[in-house]
Amino acid sequence: MYSEEFQAKLKQQRKQWEDALTREPGRCRRDAFTTLSGAPIQGLYTPAEIEGADYFRDLGLPGEYPYTRGIRRTMYRGRLWTMRQFSGFGAPRQTNERYRFLLRHGQTGLSVAFDLPTLMGRDSDDPLSEGEVGKCGVAVDSLRDMEILFDGIDLGKITTSMTMNGPAPIFLAMYVAAGEKQGVPAAQLAGTCQTDILKEYIAQKEWIFPPAPSMRLIVDMMAFCTRRMPKYNYISISGYHIREAGATAVQELAFTLADGFAYVEAGIRGGLPVDEFAPRLSFFFNSHLDFFEEIAKFRAARRIWARRMREKYQARKPESWLLRFHTQTAGCSLTAQQPENNIARTAFQGLAAVLGGTQSLHTNSMDETWALPGEKAVKIALRTQQIIAHETGVTHTPDPLGGSYFVEALTNRMEAEAEKYFAEIERRGGVLKCIEDGFFQKEIARSAFEYQQALERKERIHVGVNEFVEEEETLDIPLLKIDESVAREQVDGVRKLRQSRDGAKVKGALEALRRAAAGTENTLPRLIDCVKAYATEGEIVNVLKEVYGEYREPAWF
Amino acid sequence: MSLLEKFFAGDVQALSSLITEVESRSDGCQAIVAAIYPRTGRACKLGITGPPGAGKSSLVDRFAGELAAESRRVGIIAVDPTSPFSGGAFLGDRVRMRSLAGNENVYIRSMASRGAQGGLSVATFDACLVLDAFGKDWIIMETVGVGQIELDVAQHADTVVVALSPESGDSIQASKAGLMEIGDVFVVNKADREGATNLVTQLNMTLEVRRKNEPWSYPVLATVATTGQGVAELGQAVRRHREFLGRHDRLAVRRKTQLKSQLRKILEDRIRATVSRRFHSDPDWDKLADRVYLKQETPYGAADRILAAWRS
Amino acid sequence: MERKIRVVLAKPGLDGHDRGLKVVATAMRDAGFEVIYLGLRQTPAMIAEAAIQEDADAIGLSILSGAHMTLFPRTRQLLAEKGAEHILLFGGGIIPKEDMGDLAKAGVGRLFGPGTPTAEIIAYLKQAVPGRRKEAPVV
Repeated sequence: MYSEEFQAKLKQQRKQWEDALTREPGRCRRDAFTTLSGAPIQGLYTPAEIEGADYFRDLGLPGEYPYTRGIRRTMYRGRLWTMRQFSGFGAPRQTNERYRFLLRHGQTGLSVAFDLPTLMGRDSDDPLSEGEVGKCGVAVDSLRDMEILFDGIDLGKITTSMTMNGPAPIFLAMYVAAGEKQGVPAAQLAGTCQTDILKEYIAQKEWIFPPAPSMRLIVDMMAFCTRRMPKYNYISISGYHIREAGATAVQELAFTLADGFAYVEAGIRGGLPVDEFAPRLSFFFNSHLDFFEEIAKFRAARRIWARRMREKYQARKPESWLLRFHTQTAGCSLTAQQPENNIARTAFQGLAAVLGGTQSLHTNSMDETWALPGEKAVKIALRTQQIIAHETGVTHTPDPLGGSYFVEALTNRMEAEAEKYFAEIERRGGVLKCIEDGFFQKEIARSAFEYQQALERKERIHVGVNEFVEEEETLDIPLLKIDESVAREQVDGVRKLRQSRDGAKVKGALEALRRAAAGTENTLPRLIDCVKAYATEGEIVNVLKEVYGEYREPAWF
Repeated sequence: MSLLEKFFAGDVQALSSLITEVESRSDGCQAIVAAIYPRTGRACKLGITGPPGAGKSSLVDRFAGELAAESRRVGIIAVDPTSPFSGGAFLGDRVRMRSLAGNENVYIRSMASRGAQGGLSVATFDACLVLDAFGKDWIIMETVGVGQIELDVAQHADTVVVALSPESGDSIQASKAGLMEIGDVFVVNKADREGATNLVTQLNMTLEVRRKNEPWSYPVLATVATTGQGVAELGQAVRRHREFLGRHDRLAVRRKTQLKSQLRKILEDRIRATVSRRFHSDPDWDKLADRVYLKQETPYGAADRILAAWRS
Repeated sequence: MERKIRVVLAKPGLDGHDRGLKVVATAMRDAGFEVIYLGLRQTPAMIAEAAIQEDADAIGLSILSGAHMTLFPRTRQLLAEKGAEHILLFGGGIIPKEDMGDLAKAGVGRLFGPGTPTAEIIAYLKQAVPGRRKEAPVV
């Protein structure tokens, strides 16, 4: 990229600069500087650090291959990212009220947090649900709850993201049915379902069925949405949880994209042409504390994905090359100590996501290390995004950090390190084999432990935790409390529903589902029949468990 | 009430406490064995060993579940290695024995190997006695087959199952570690994976000599512990071995051999303990060391003197 | 031989977030404890049973899902019913201070929030475990 003459001059000047540096007394605060993930950082970045770079090959223009600088030509000059706060708690009625509150305050999309029984495919009256109903998300047992959840919210106008994985096809079916009741046809529904089961085995551990049948259900969703729901993102391939479980930035990037490739390969094996389904794949990343490392991660992700989709999977449509992603700031970076400081952390992380070119963003609330976020904390988190969007000026031009020697060098490094992991995963027999053997799980557990040790040795400073500690803190934030009556109401509700619906219709629909699941027929239409008959989530999952079995926690260590 | 009284009354907490006593080789150890010894000898003892990752715990989970379903009372001792650096241990076998949780016919105890000097072999032998006296019909000991201590544990059993998986290098490791010589029944677990048929063939070839020389068939079975495939056949093979031992007094011969080596280990442990105690406290040893230093005595001569003094 | 501190670690309920528990497990092993790891989706009954069979000195539960007010007291109660009050029940997770106070009154030991150094948890156990056990004589 640079002339020989320029390079020689740079080399000479740099030598002089380094010599001058060695003569300065008490030069650096530390012997070595590293990113949060442990990658070394030099004392200086110059054009020499990105020697061999080819602007057109590696960066290109915004909105053009390989999309390193962003997926749209205008980026935020055209449209801001979607401000999408993940929320849900208690009974559907309460969450519906919270959604209306957020929409009134300028939020532009919804994101549903479900409670653990719902995520694990269990009804509220299941014995294992005791103590968990409505606690860390909203309880949904049937289509009836879904109708209440979106009461007065036009599903034809708003996009909704559902964080739902094991039972994802059931919730897609419920969403379709809820839309239909509002008079919105499936083809008009826009939004996202997370559906990413691979990262559940790797990191978040909310699984139901074994990997093979889970992948089959996802391919069913792919086929159904490709034909019937062109505006719906039926999967959000997630690095967020991998990172929260303790992965480094490189591990998050590599494992998530490897999962993405596994879904692409599953789709192709399922007989779908890559250009028909790839444009609807989307991603979900974490934005952690190390500002530049995170920005480099987002940029590298776009470039790797575009290259692979075009070169390896032979996608021809540019929409298939685009890596679109949602970002959430890092929950695991928040501290229980001096929780107000979390506002500042979240602001920087949100800023990194925007500088990295995110399509939508969730900013965490300051009180999440103590409880589910209260109204005041949620509002500040949303306002933080509005400040980034409207006050900081970072939205005025695409990829404002493009061309920074440091950021480009970090981006290149991210890509190279991720490629090493891809080769390793392939050598070990692919993503499913690595899950079975605990490869990802062990890598992540090791990183988590190393990070904790670095904190305890004070090699890393976490303000308020291992430095600037205040004894005798008092908590000054009003916390949200979920009343136990929610669980009782929800349990009564689902029991009443089972008595009031047409039992024969439910039975018939469940039997048809069983046949589809055991055979090769797409399960989605059968699932829609089941939810419309008001079969509960638990009943549907039990039928599928009988056909597919249950996944068991593998060994680790 | 004393621990032993509670134990004989069937108190599980007391059973656990007694195992802790024998495991930590406490002073009460000998008294415990003396009290329970007459009530032992009834249980069937099964050892299962093999390289890490072969799926031993999952096999135990399935097999013990089957026994419990036939109303057999099962005690399981799962041994994992102690970290040589910290002396701590990570005991994770219960994760893979999940289906046994809440089963009142099954008692599971995790034990750490506690290093070469920790007396694991003697301790597990005693722990078996405790479980036996508590009325367990079956006692299953699971250890990683990588070192001599672990192999010793497996050899307390009436029947030894060696579990391998088709992962690379398992069969080589098995031969090196001496697993082929101690197994009565062989299992190729994870049989749905590539290379399983090959491994079965290889094992059959290796076992041909033993089969020719001894009247037992040394079966090789293919299992998939995660689905339960082949586990019933494993159970049958173990039972067949048991019947085989029952004929011609083989069980008695085997147990006498085991008791003799247990006796040897107890003696070794005691002598080692005495030597180590005297090393730190006997002033005569310091005088002897002085003499050896001054060339008035060789090291061997000094050792002879100590032994002679013990004999008299 | 000295007695080792034996700790049962588990995640009760449906919550799958086991990063913290694994970090604590590794730190405890490195501190010389024997860690009996039960893993995910344990019921209070499974936990109490395991702790008694393992003759554990302590049980550590990690709960991030908000179900702590149900799961801690239930485990404590089961231990009491089985005559195993000597087993120290402690834990960690996302737990409001007010709830920590209520749980302490119900006989639950220390509860550690996010950001706690593992050294603090280990120091706590080394101080709290000895002397809890009032064992009957062997004979």
